[in-house]
Amino acid sequence: MSTTSGKFLQSSLGKKLLMGLTGLFLVSFLIVHVSINACIYFNDGGATFNAAAHFMAHNPVIRVVEIGLFVGLLAHVVQALVLTMQNNKARPVKYAVPAGNVSSKWYSRSMGVLGSLLLIFLVVHLANFWVPTKQAVFAGHEHDTFAGLKEVFAKWYFVALYMVGVLSLGYHLLHGFQSAFQTLGLNHKKYTPMIKSVGFWFSIIITLLFASMPITMHLGLIK
Amino acid sequence: MSGNMNLTLKVWRQKNAKATGKLETYKVADISPDMSFLEMFDVLNEQLITKGDEPIAFDHDCREGICGMCSMYINGRAHGPKSAITTCQLHMRSFKDGDTIVVEPWRAAAFPVIKDLTVDRSAFDRIISKGGFISVNTGNAQDANCLPIPKTDADASFEAAACIGCGACVATCKNSSAMLFVSAKISQLALLPQGQVERISRAKNMVAQMDDEGFGNCTNTGACEVECPKGISLENIARMNREFFVANIKE
Ligand code: HEM
Ligand code: SF4
Ligand code: FES
Repeated sequence: MSTTSGKFLQSSLGKKLLMGLTGLFLVSFLIVHVSINACIYFNDGGATFNAAAHFMAHNPVIRVVEIGLFVGLLAHVVQALVLTMQNNKARPVKYAVPAGNVSSKWYSRSMGVLGSLLLIFLVVHLANFWVPTKQAVFAGHEHDTFAGLKEVFAKWYFVALYMVGVLSLGYHLLHGFQSAFQTLGLNHKKYTPMIKSVGFWFSIIITLLFASMPITMHLGLIK
Repeated sequence: MSGNMNLTLKVWRQKNAKATGKLETYKVADISPDMSFLEMFDVLNEQLITKGDEPIAFDHDCREGICGMCSMYINGRAHGPKSAITTCQLHMRSFKDGDTIVVEPWRAAAFPVIKDLTVDRSAFDRIISKGGFISVNTGNAQDANCLPIPKTDADASFEAAACIGCGACVATCKNSSAMLFVSAKISQLALLPQGQVERISRAKNMVAQMDDEGFGNCTNTGACEVECPKGISLENIARMNREFFVANIKE
């Protein structure tokens, strides 16, 4: 029998696979990111944090991974856009009475919106920290990232925006973490409940940790 | 009779595939709670015919939950307010006297409305024709014991085979995705020895046809599993994904 399927990445399942893989890759980045940031809690005037930030800004391996990260994020966002547009086209006439929350969770139906909020947040976030650090590295002088943190989080509107970003991330992960495994084809009576509870706690802990940082800095608890 | 209900219905009326439709309001009186939802529609249609109006077109056949024809999207849910049943299995006791009930057709680009509440689900047939079958030589059936099948596989295959092609999964999915249906049809055969010959082409071709028909992409919200009258599980979608990935690696 002939095979009529086109290129793998043009198929629905191929695109979804890329979505899931890039999503999990971004999750692995979050673990590194939150660990480095948590160094502010040594409360040593940012000495440990700046040392970690310096390492991340100058290590050649991290440079390569950073490029991978941007490519991964771009692929994730582009694929999300393509899939979401196709999904909207698949139902040209909407229901007069939309489905409520009986059969699915609101955040599982809002991945595109949550992701878009996240993207807006990421642009501001990169402008806040990534750009100044890059400028310093290229100019060849040492950058005090910790001082940058203090400056940004002194402003309440940045703290508010970071809360929105982090909360979007939390809900995005609450669905996305376990969803990625299902997309990869991993659904198992024994392991799926474990994956779901790991995803649940991971989302909560990541959200609380990230959210705590702007707040403690704003309140001046971190010296 | 006491306990009977008076109801207001808002039903999608559309003359044909090209016409623009709209929700029309009707009243029905003295509806027994023991009637099925379709029987209530029969009463409404009698009423319309007596008045000389065009009756409402809706699909139905077996009226016992096995044919999958009775596609109605009722008050924001496929097959109405109960989970895991078809519309013909829905009883009027699920509603209260004085209720307003909104009835719409399945909404999906791949399921165009033919008239009123009937939609064209032949996209499903075209997907099946791409691989939802096995090729066997005709002649005497061989002894069943010649084909040992693990009980767990037989059960999983049987559960997938319970899909009646009703389309509730598509109707309820925010993406109009047909992946629960397609995964059930791929799974029921992939799990059995008889399904091995076409295993690779089946996964590739059925998924390709699903994409061509314009169904959306699953985002794992799980709504289909909740609304499916036959309890088809999301495990089947994960299995379809595996089948498709492996098929693409092999060929
Ligand atoms: C920056 C903008 C982002 C956008 C627009 C976006 C959008 C989306 C969309 C639309 C989905 C598909 C919905 C689904 O499969 O349920 C998705 C899935 C996912 N996203 Fe994102 N996302 C973004 C960033 C991120 C980030 C930063 C992470 C992780 C830290 C992430 C992790 C995931 C995961 C794990 C999935 C599940 C993949 C799957 O189910 O196949 N996303 N994202
Ligand atoms: S999977 Fe369930 S909801 Fe979908 S067509 Fe089959 S029986 Fe209907
Ligand atoms: S009429 Fe056959 S399933 Fe409802």
